Amino acid sequence: MADARLLSSLVAVEPLVPRRRPSLLRRVISNWSVRLGGGVLGVLILAALFAPWLGTIDPTAMDPGSGNLLPGTRGDFTSFDGDVIPHWFIMGTDSLGRDIWSRALYGARVSITVGIAVAMLALVLGLCVGLTAGYFRRIDGIVMRVMDGVMAIPAILFAVSLVALFGGTLLMVIVAIAVPEIPRVARLVRSVVLSLREEPYVEAAIALDTPTWKILLRHILPNAIAPLVIQGTYVCASAILVEAILSFLGVGLPAEMPTWGNIMAEGRSQFNQFPHNVLFPGIFLALTVLSVNVLGDGLRDTLDPKFNKRTE
Amino acid sequence: MANEDACGPATPVLSIRNLAISLPYGGDRLNAVQEISFDVLPGKIVCLLGESGSGKSVIANAVMGLLSPGLLPTTGSIRLQGRELIGTPEAELRKLRGPSMAMVFQEPMTALNPVVTCGEQIGEMLSQHVRMGRAARRQATLDIMRRVHLPDPERIYASYPHQLSGGQRQRIVIAIALILKPALLICDEPTTALDVTTQAEILELIRELQTQNNTAVLFITHDFGVVAEIADQVAVLELGHMIEQGDKHEVLTRPRQPYTRMLLDAVPELSLRKRQPLPEADPLLLARKLSKAYATGSWPLGQRLVHALQDASVSVRPRETVGIVGESGSGKSTLARCIARLIEPTSGDIEANGRSVAHLRGRQLSPFRRDVQVIFQDPYRSLNPRQTVGSSIVEGPINFGVPRAQAWSRAEELMGLVRLRPEVLSRYPSEFSGGQRQRISIARALACEPKLLIADEAVSALDVSVQAQILALLEEIQRLTSIGILFITHDLRVASQICDRVIVMHQGRIVEEGLVSDVFFAPREDYTKRLLAAAPGRDFSFARSTEAAQDPVYPKSQHVRVRGATDSKGFTV
Repeated sequence: MADARLLSSLVAVEPLVPRRRPSLLRRVISNWSVRLGGGVLGVLILAALFAPWLGTIDPTAMDPGSGNLLPGTRGDFTSFDGDVIPHWFIMGTDSLGRDIWSRALYGARVSITVGIAVAMLALVLGLCVGLTAGYFRRIDGIVMRVMDGVMAIPAILFAVSLVALFGGTLLMVIVAIAVPEIPRVARLVRSVVLSLREEPYVEAAIALDTPTWKILLRHILPNAIAPLVIQGTYVCASAILVEAILSFLGVGLPAEMPTWGNIMAEGRSQFNQFPHNVLFPGIFLALTVLSVNVLGDGLRDTLDPKFNKRTE
Repeated sequence: MANEDACGPATPVLSIRNLAISLPYGGDRLNAVQEISFDVLPGKIVCLLGESGSGKSVIANAVMGLLSPGLLPTTGSIRLQGRELIGTPEAELRKLRGPSMAMVFQEPMTALNPVVTCGEQIGEMLSQHVRMGRAARRQATLDIMRRVHLPDPERIYASYPHQLSGGQRQRIVIAIALILKPALLICDEPTTALDVTTQAEILELIRELQTQNNTAVLFITHDFGVVAEIADQVAVLELGHMIEQGDKHEVLTRPRQPYTRMLLDAVPELSLRKRQPLPEADPLLLARKLSKAYATGSWPLGQRLVHALQDASVSVRPRETVGIVGESGSGKSTLARCIARLIEPTSGDIEANGRSVAHLRGRQLSPFRRDVQVIFQDPYRSLNPRQTVGSSIVEGPINFGVPRAQAWSRAEELMGLVRLRPEVLSRYPSEFSGGQRQRISIARALACEPKLLIADEAVSALDVSVQAQILALLEEIQRLTSIGILFITHDLRVASQICDRVIVMHQGRIVEEGLVSDVFFAPREDYTKRLLAAAPGRDFSFARSTEAAQDPVYPKSQHVRVRGATDSKGFTV
């Protein structure tokens, strides 16, 4: 680079004016679906986190004396130890006198935990499978046929048998719901990787003698994240639903644990007289799933490479 | 146009007056085009010429009423045969498209419906606009297919687009456009996606049909050769402004505007350039009888071998630029990728540094990788969008064991070499234009201090002015580092300017090989002769400023449009 004088005979015509483009985060935040879905979901998460301070009592405590109260009743809750607590039953009580509002809020903890944990687990495992299958052609055939096999197992049936075998702990429910999701994630990642590995920048990295693990980590993975995040929201929403279904069928988490599915299962028998037992947890469930899906749609609109391929 | 008196009182088919089309909020300028006024007379071809982003296609789409949502004509008028098109409802416009105006697009494969036979697609135009029987329609379709010189019209009538070659597909698109004998034909880069020999045929066809029907043609292109070949009148666009228009000879030989002159200077000439004789030296790289075959199909139908490359031998010496020219599918990129060892050749040998590298794998290739680097065609895909420019550049040296700090300071030096500021290193590729990205790719390749640089169509996706700068940069780098360059291109003009030796490839084989002066100016093989004859505008002498004529590749600073101020070091701000 010694001959600077010689070089200055070449005039670079193009100015270095970076094209001003809103950052990714700004674009995501300015999307209304993301704002709406994220906002509702945020409120639900906060409510679940701060459940003890939001006018709730022990969600498992029973008071047969105040069974089947209608929503909005003000009364006294007599605990097992005989303490009398004045309480406002915002959403009424079930047949055993458990406070629905408390149970629904604590149930949100379970549902959101299950949703996020399943999404994480399915994404991480699916990502590993998809990356290897997509990048290494030799094992692609075998791995993807195994995935096809997993896909052929009905998800709910699989979860029911797994929980029946190993017991209904939170961990087992999460694993049982996550495993059938893995092939879907793996397929998505594989298809993205298949197109990314043909990109010239990946070839350039090969020409630069970059080790394969580094190519996967630095060049392929960051460019595959966006579709993965979007898929993650859909996995999360479906996991929340499946968990509720399992609980409702009585094959998920133990009946004494406050989950939306369990509350609904409990209220099912007297749905005619006291619909609030099913209605309120149902509203929570629908709202959560809807907000996660709306959030996912918003993320897809802002992150999907199809919409901003050239500009990225 | 300005010279109406010369053309007599003929009424223009298309008349655009003071047209402005605004861009949506947040665009890089207020209007996509503004103050556009020109006429297209019957039987004349008007070329809209401009670099990418100058607004040529926007004008064409505005005439056809095909503007994307968000683009709106704000002022001005577009009159087709005296009828105002701006504000005409969509239903009315639809009746005009076909009988009065028609368009030929750049990429024939996407312009045609892949699941409908070509004959039906041509016939659809008739059934939409003319009442005629089935047999008559078929006859008319076959007639127009004959007129666009399609071989065996009966067979092609029943063929699907994917069964035809690119040139044949473009003929179908032209047949669709011209079957109703429209008064105005708009061609939007109709030959850009085609090979040079096909391009020559298509241009000739457009010329022929246009003369027969006395059609007015609005022809959009960025290629000066094509303009020289086909235009009657030329209008030059710069960033949405029409800066110059007039007769072809006037604009191309006596340009008034500095921008036009700068563009013309940047057009590489198909001419012999004096190059310094190379010192005798051992070749950096020697490829012998390289072949690459791909297997298609499998049991039970049986495998078929497709020979992408057969018995190609290449050698490159230090300081030498070897060009590989050929049309698409000629195997030139396969040869480059074999030599770069991005793919493994089926047979043959590659020798570098006295070591055979043709069949090495993985880590064994490391020393070779350091010596040979590649620059790719598409500047938008050759840099990882999620990595800063700096980490892309230092990646290679760090892989080869250079300490991190040293690699970064070297990257800063390289930014100076490719005429970018060192601050660029912390930015992401999306902030740069195509030309700037190509500079970054060059810096990335040079960071490993390679001995051989393979440029695979490295300037093909760039505008002429940017192309000239990149070529100048490559020559400069070669002068400073005595690197060998293997330059793959389909553009014979570029090859004639930058190469010492050229290799002509056709259907996977090397057809002719030798010094530029021999191959381009005394070709022996028929194919080379045909290729040379097809180069558009080869007999046309463009205006060149005197200094540029001596050294045509370098854009001289007085003709260069400097948008930013230049500081003392020569960096552009």
